[in-house]
Amino acid sequence: MSTDNHLTWRLLRVWRRDWLVTRRSWLIGFLTPLMEPIFYIASLGFGFRLLIPEVHYQGQTLTYVVFMAPAIIATNIMYTAFMENSFSSFVRMYYQKTYDAIRATPLSVDEIIAGEIMWGATKSLLAASVMTTVLSLFGLVHFPTGLGILPLAFLGGLLFGAVGMIFTGIVKSIEMFNLPIFLFITPMYLFSGTFFPIETLPHWAQAVAYFLPLSHLVTLARNLCLGTITGTQVLVSGSYLVVATVILIPIALRVMRRRLIK
Amino acid sequence: MSEPVIEAREVRKCYGDFTAVDGISFSVNRGELFGLLGPNGAGKTSTIRMIYGFSPLGGGSLQVFGQDITARWRSIRARIGVCHQEDSLDEEISVRDNLEVFAGFFGIGKAVSHERANTLLGFFGLENKSKAPVRELSGGMMRRLALARALINEPDLLILDEPTTGLDPQTRHQLWEKLAHLKQKGVTILLTTHYMEEAAHLCDRLIIVDHGKILVEGRPRDLVAKFVGDQVIESSPVCDGLRKFVTDRRLEHEDLGHRMLIYCKDDETLYHEITRTYCQDNCILRMGTLEDVFLKLTGRELRE
Repeated sequence: MSTDNHLTWRLLRVWRRDWLVTRRSWLIGFLTPLMEPIFYIASLGFGFRLLIPEVHYQGQTLTYVVFMAPAIIATNIMYTAFMENSFSSFVRMYYQKTYDAIRATPLSVDEIIAGEIMWGATKSLLAASVMTTVLSLFGLVHFPTGLGILPLAFLGGLLFGAVGMIFTGIVKSIEMFNLPIFLFITPMYLFSGTFFPIETLPHWAQAVAYFLPLSHLVTLARNLCLGTITGTQVLVSGSYLVVATVILIPIALRVMRRRLIK
Repeated sequence: MSEPVIEAREVRKCYGDFTAVDGISFSVNRGELFGLLGPNGAGKTSTIRMIYGFSPLGGGSLQVFGQDITARWRSIRARIGVCHQEDSLDEEISVRDNLEVFAGFFGIGKAVSHERANTLLGFFGLENKSKAPVRELSGGMMRRLALARALINEPDLLILDEPTTGLDPQTRHQLWEKLAHLKQKGVTILLTTHYMEEAAHLCDRLIIVDHGKILVEGRPRDLVAKFVGDQVIESSPVCDGLRKFVTDRRLEHEDLGHRMLIYCKDDETLYHEITRTYCQDNCILRMGTLEDVFLKLTGRELRE
């Protein structure tokens, strides 16, 4: 029976619900991306400066803060959407029964889930905008290329939101989200060219790193912030992110249909 | 008569090997308050979920407003209001926002949903709580809000899955009045409940289901008359003399060990005869109730 895999723009009604609910606690949502880059800059600028005076990246010599700043945005894009569509979506689905309530209205399961993923991406976009603004005040973002962070944040948000939602469709209890975080999110956070250039890894590890979606998010974010973005980078890394998103979203919808429709 | 609001024919639902709904047929007419009763696990919620297209039909056919639920679920749901067993309100936001956010799912515009929220908050006595976050409400207020939310799209059919479970008698009676009022306005209501008094009080017609099948269908008073008679003589404890008496007289009765129920027509002479001979102090004569019918038909052993 396929009454629930109709996907129309009605999904925006679910997106609007999340927006209205989150708006009530906007301050917390706003403070995190505001303070996080400041803490990072303080830690990296004051603490790590002595340990790591400079980093060689794509033929350039950069201070560690300049090198790291875009990666802070990229990892935040990943965490924001993943957390929203794993923990938060799970709470709405399992504890608050929000999806059950919405399923008594003219909305399909696909529209609910797609709306939720779109909301996760929107949160990534909002957080990335705040962070980009803060970092640009420290002169760490090159414009106008830095504006490219915004569409990138939404795309990355869709991708990692879909990943989070897939786990929401699978896990039995909320504690089980620690597993994908431990096996997937944390290794990506560490090995995607975030703290050091991928090129410093052994060859086999480089091959693995290039396979991780966060690597491509970091590459694009970094070169947008540095103003060194090339057409090839946009084509290769951009295509990777688009293709991964186009594959992952239908999987998320499918897994959630299987979980919810009984 | 106009076509029924709900027309279920041989509706089935299985979960793996377990058959939750085993070929149920019934129809609900416009403006009727129809009860769906049964013990836990009887298939009530499964049936209801198929009616509003939450669960796919496992077999048979189901028409709502004369349309097939599988094909026309979207337009059917636009005309249905559902109040779930469990509260599914948005706890972080205010009472009014709960109503207006929900209106959004139906594509109801801002001005209209604001207007309707005003009316519903008034109707359910929640005006003063309009700005309060839901988590600050009492259980009774949450139920009222859940019901108000189910009415935001001005439904032609209201589906209530155990709406009064866990409420105090005051709140329950108040909700009954609200339901009676809605019925008067022409809303068709489908209700499940574990409170037989509630079903007897509210329902025009009802079905009792068990193990996924319909046991009986009818008007509450007719069912009482048919299955337990008008009156019940209840004796506790039971003496052997009384046991012999009811067996010799072939009276319809239920022997529960320490307690005996004797079902009879409107006939006080039998009661007087029994009290005189067997049990002076511990025998009462009372009206037959829907609860008697329910227990007689579904048995007294615990479920689940």
